[in-house]
Amino acid sequence: MGVPRFWREIPYRYQLIGTKCSNCRSTFFPPRLICPNCRGAGKVEEAKLSGGGEVVTYTVVRVPPEGFEKQAPYVVGIVKLDEGPRITSQIVDCEPEDVRIGSRVRTVFRKIDEEGPAGAIHYGYKFALEQ
Amino acid sequence: MRKVAIIGVGMTDFGELWEKSLRDLTVQAGLEAIRDSGLPGEEIDALYAGCMSSGIFVQQEHIASLLADYCGLVPKSATRVEGACASGGIALRQAIMAVASGMHDVVVAGGVEKMTDILTEQTTMALACAADREWEAFQGVTFPGLYAMMARRHMHDYGTTEEQLSLVAVKNHENGAKNPHAQYRRPVTLEQVMNSSLIADPIRLLHCSPISDGAAAVVVCSKEKAKEARSEPIWVIGSGQASDTIALHDRKDITTMNATVVAVREALRMAGITQKYVDLVEVHDCFTIAEILAIEDLGFFEKGKGGPATQEGLTALNSQISVNPSGGLKSKGHPVGATGIAQIVEVVQQLRGQAGARQVKDAEIGMAHNVGGSGGTCVTHILSR
Repeated sequence: MGVPRFWREIPYRYQLIGTKCSNCRSTFFPPRLICPNCRGAGKVEEAKLSGGGEVVTYTVVRVPPEGFEKQAPYVVGIVKLDEGPRITSQIVDCEPEDVRIGSRVRTVFRKIDEEGPAGAIHYGYKFALEQ
Repeated sequence: MRKVAIIGVGMTDFGELWEKSLRDLTVQAGLEAIRDSGLPGEEIDALYAGCMSSGIFVQQEHIASLLADYCGLVPKSATRVEGACASGGIALRQAIMAVASGMHDVVVAGGVEKMTDILTEQTTMALACAADREWEAFQGVTFPGLYAMMARRHMHDYGTTEEQLSLVAVKNHENGAKNPHAQYRRPVTLEQVMNSSLIADPIRLLHCSPISDGAAAVVVCSKEKAKEARSEPIWVIGSGQASDTIALHDRKDITTMNATVVAVREALRMAGITQKYVDLVEVHDCFTIAEILAIEDLGFFEKGKGGPATQEGLTALNSQISVNPSGGLKSKGHPVGATGIAQIVEVVQQLRGQAGARQVKDAEIGMAHNVGGSGGTCVTHILSR
């Protein structure tokens, strides 16, 4: 995939900025142009997320997709952020057996993948266990 | 709405069919369905073809025209339908709606996928495109990974065990061993499944449906046209389709596929029946956890009881409810675009009493359940003799 697609995402990949609906008060990440609950009825505003959360579920990917061969095996989980939204992310800097449903985690800034030896390197958020 | 019948079915073998192209497979399945119907090909008004990712798998888009051309249907209307692994089921629903509305009298619904022409990592990536590419797949999650996360949570919330996940594979291989079109026509033991390599914990290799090539087709028509058919028509009595968030993480409960719950409710309401009238169901067991979720979300078992029900043999052939008599995606194979149509081929053959060694006794009513992605799309059909 080309560089522009990932460049376009930069603000949200590097910092957890989501959106909050003024009507139902739900927070979403990634940002949405309209609230899926209220559609036209709510006004959507930017909401900075603290980066702390809890593991809802997780797995250890042992057969990776193209671009992730060097990282496998790695832990991927769904994290429920303290403000409500849930996101899918790698959980790093730990052994897979240290991760549990309910573990506290916090965002860290990491390399995600690279487009071959001479291609662009993509960066973004991952999560690490809170000490 | 007009009454809609299925009068012809056909499918290729499923498997690694390196000697056959996407178009060859489709023509083969299509011709078989037309011959089975007994109607001359000139009667066909339109084609709906389900296919998920021919662009990545064989670098060919615009396949509706290609298939109409190679099937000799030009200049009839031809439309490709895409809903990830539910592409086939949706193609059928489009065909049913076209006939029910009176717009067309005879329509072919087909499905095809040619997945083994590229490397496994590329196939894994192509399939990952059915997840949210920018916010799930970007992080390195795979399809086995997404279903593994559902499995982990289901085990946590309901006490489902690895053994129960494995017994789904054992049961489906037992059925698939009796299906001449199945990719894996052999049984597997519980030990083999539980000792197979880990793909995405707790999902092991033998919990996964394979990567497959294959095509399937059915002929759908009005009640009037069904009188000219070679065999007794099988009636479409219910059809339901629903959507959900594309990303698994956005669902309130990741152990329930709400699209399944809504789609089956719609199909049962249309049919005017409840689950207890259903003799067999072909469910979307892309991973064994998916069958456990499906039999719960379709309402055959209470939430959390899918694992124990499987262990007690309640889903085996000719038990309480025959689940995946064809062998399911697990044993029969899963050429993603063809799967939804192949399920219908099985249900029709079961209701006609043509299923041979895997025949469900006195089958009157059958259901098919086809899921796209991690549950972002679900389509359910109910057929009756």
